[in-house]
Amino acid sequence: MRRFLTASVVLCLALTGCSAGSLGSSEDDGDGVTLTFLVDNSDTNRKLGEGLATAFTAANPGITVKVEIRPQGTEGDNLIKTRLATGDMTDVFQYNSGSLMQALAPAKNLVAVGDQPWAAQLDQNFTTSVTADGKVYAAPFGNYNAGAILYNRAVYARLGLTVPVTWAEFEANNAALKSAGIAPVVQSYGETWTSQLFILGDFHNVSAADPRFAEKYTANQVKYASTPAAVAGFQHLQRVHDAGWTNEDFASAKLDDAIALLAEGKGAHYPILSGIISQLAGTFPDKVDDIGLFAVPGADAAKNGLTVWAPAGVYLPASTTDAKREAALKFLAFVASPAGCDAQTAAAAPQGPFALTGCTLPDSVPQAVKDMQTYLSTPGRSSLALEFLSPVKGPALEQICVEVGSGIRDAKSGAELYDEDVKKQAQQLGLTGW
Amino acid sequence: MVRRSVYPYWFLLPAAVVYGVLFLAPTFASFWFSLTRWTLFESHFVGLDNFVTFFREPALVKGFVNTLIYGVVTSGAKVVLGLLLAVVLTSRIVARGYLRSVVFFPVLVSTIGVGLTFTVLMNPERGLINQVLGAAGVDGPGWLTDPSWALLSVAAVDVWKGVGLATLIYIAGIVSIPQEYFEAARVDGAGAWANFRHLILPLARPATVTVIILSLIGGLRSFDLIWAMTRGGPGFTSDVIASVIYKQYQAGFYGLSTAGNVVLFVVVTAIVLPLSRFLNRKEVEA
Repeated sequence: MRRFLTASVVLCLALTGCSAGSLGSSEDDGDGVTLTFLVDNSDTNRKLGEGLATAFTAANPGITVKVEIRPQGTEGDNLIKTRLATGDMTDVFQYNSGSLMQALAPAKNLVAVGDQPWAAQLDQNFTTSVTADGKVYAAPFGNYNAGAILYNRAVYARLGLTVPVTWAEFEANNAALKSAGIAPVVQSYGETWTSQLFILGDFHNVSAADPRFAEKYTANQVKYASTPAAVAGFQHLQRVHDAGWTNEDFASAKLDDAIALLAEGKGAHYPILSGIISQLAGTFPDKVDDIGLFAVPGADAAKNGLTVWAPAGVYLPASTTDAKREAALKFLAFVASPAGCDAQTAAAAPQGPFALTGCTLPDSVPQAVKDMQTYLSTPGRSSLALEFLSPVKGPALEQICVEVGSGIRDAKSGAELYDEDVKKQAQQLGLTGW
Repeated sequence: MVRRSVYPYWFLLPAAVVYGVLFLAPTFASFWFSLTRWTLFESHFVGLDNFVTFFREPALVKGFVNTLIYGVVTSGAKVVLGLLLAVVLTSRIVARGYLRSVVFFPVLVSTIGVGLTFTVLMNPERGLINQVLGAAGVDGPGWLTDPSWALLSVAAVDVWKGVGLATLIYIAGIVSIPQEYFEAARVDGAGAWANFRHLILPLARPATVTVIILSLIGGLRSFDLIWAMTRGGPGFTSDVIASVIYKQYQAGFYGLSTAGNVVLFVVVTAIVLPLSRFLNRKEVEA
């Protein structure tokens, strides 16, 4: 018994000793503060996180930023929510903007940063994506991304094809590619998230047909299944499978396999997020300029345009207080400054424009990024993806897409199932009208 | 007269506290949260809405059927294979001890490791299994990517991994049959088949009951292997109840997934309790 008591006293002392020590260092008025910074474990984001941390620490000798890594996808979402709910979040963290941020209950868990001087420099689209109840919550991390079709320009040149702007032209190109023995559309359902781009990347075409779609969708006034322009995405996915245009190993292929098919010209089109271009550049440096980008083709050539993903954000959780909060605000100000953009450009090749006025891209960006900028600089040729305009996004879309894209389920029933899936999310968020 | 316990009541206290805090409280909390819409940050009462939503889930019907198929197939295969292996491994063969441990080894290996390994082996284009089949002139299916094969492929791996335990239980059951019976049977002129049919099969009944109950419970709530190999895919075609619940949890529908767990608890109890009663009663009568 006595030994047990002694042991527990020693343990208590050790614990209090530790926390007193770290408290002491954080009260040093900015000097010797260590900030922890949680980023996801994707290759690019880890590099960006470490690049920002190193550059910031170099410019602010009193503050050290330590990068921590978390898993991506739904597992990461869960981890973020759990850590926020238990008050155990790192001092600053990187996370998606848009509907995923809305699910974090920002008013309760995050510190609004709209009053900071740099907030005025943010790009309007990004501001929209990180605003909840009229308050801005993040500094931009990374670049704009496009949900589009990456295509092999060398293959296009060899077969004399031109970039399609309507689905009919896209089908004609696919037929020509297939008869030339090239897989027209690369799909990689071994990694299920990659299956969604024909639907998510088609949103510009949906909102071109109905500019108020996002708003009505949030209010439960329109459905995917009953809106012809919206259900078209599911039909395209089904069409690609039914026509036999996919690569043979579409069901088991992973992102890496798909990138290889595209880079080597064995596959011609890959509907995907443009951000993967940096992964392609890492594996096939000499093929990067063969790869171009075009928007997902729709029904109307005149209205065709690019669907754009806003950058992720760096957030300040409510659990970061006092000296740490001051230091964290300095870090956010650095992230949202031209120096922060430069640090990111140095860490990983930019995949698209920055969300900050005063930040420019180097001239040496890959061809796909140049193609993306052409869309962005033409008014009316680009829109934010639905998940940045509406908090409503169903968690099962990727599985539904795999089913539609593998011929297990038809387009109509896939769209109906997604409408059901979305309902749960809307109810969970407590939106009116659901 | 009230029989006083040998120990004073405060002896029970540590165990009671652990049991209360770690088991009783969470159980009742989960019944409460299954009636709420819960974001981890806050919860508000929605009555039985979660159960209504859960039962309307299209993946659930599929998951339910799949769970039953999976439970019955794996449990049945483990009974048959386990018994046959046990008969072989209790007969006089060379290297018996070594062979027994070989059968048991897969039980000890990490389930996730087994799942990932077989995912690679079962890859339709580059996997070893289809390459071997291809060399033999057979065009193997997409084991994990073809909707009609995916669940059964995972079940097969589950059987491979779990049959060792069933075998072990059967070996114990067969070894405990008194040798006199076999001697008497030999005097009566019984052959190997008669031995098996009229001695081993009825007298190993307690082992059979244990194997069926254990593997059925395991099969009904199985999750790790399915998640490692297919994540319920392609699409929803190999979803089981547990993976449906897990996906709801991942999506942040905490109240809904808690309701799912309550349902799973009720379903497993409803299947296993009567089954266990039934099998055990038969044993007494026999």
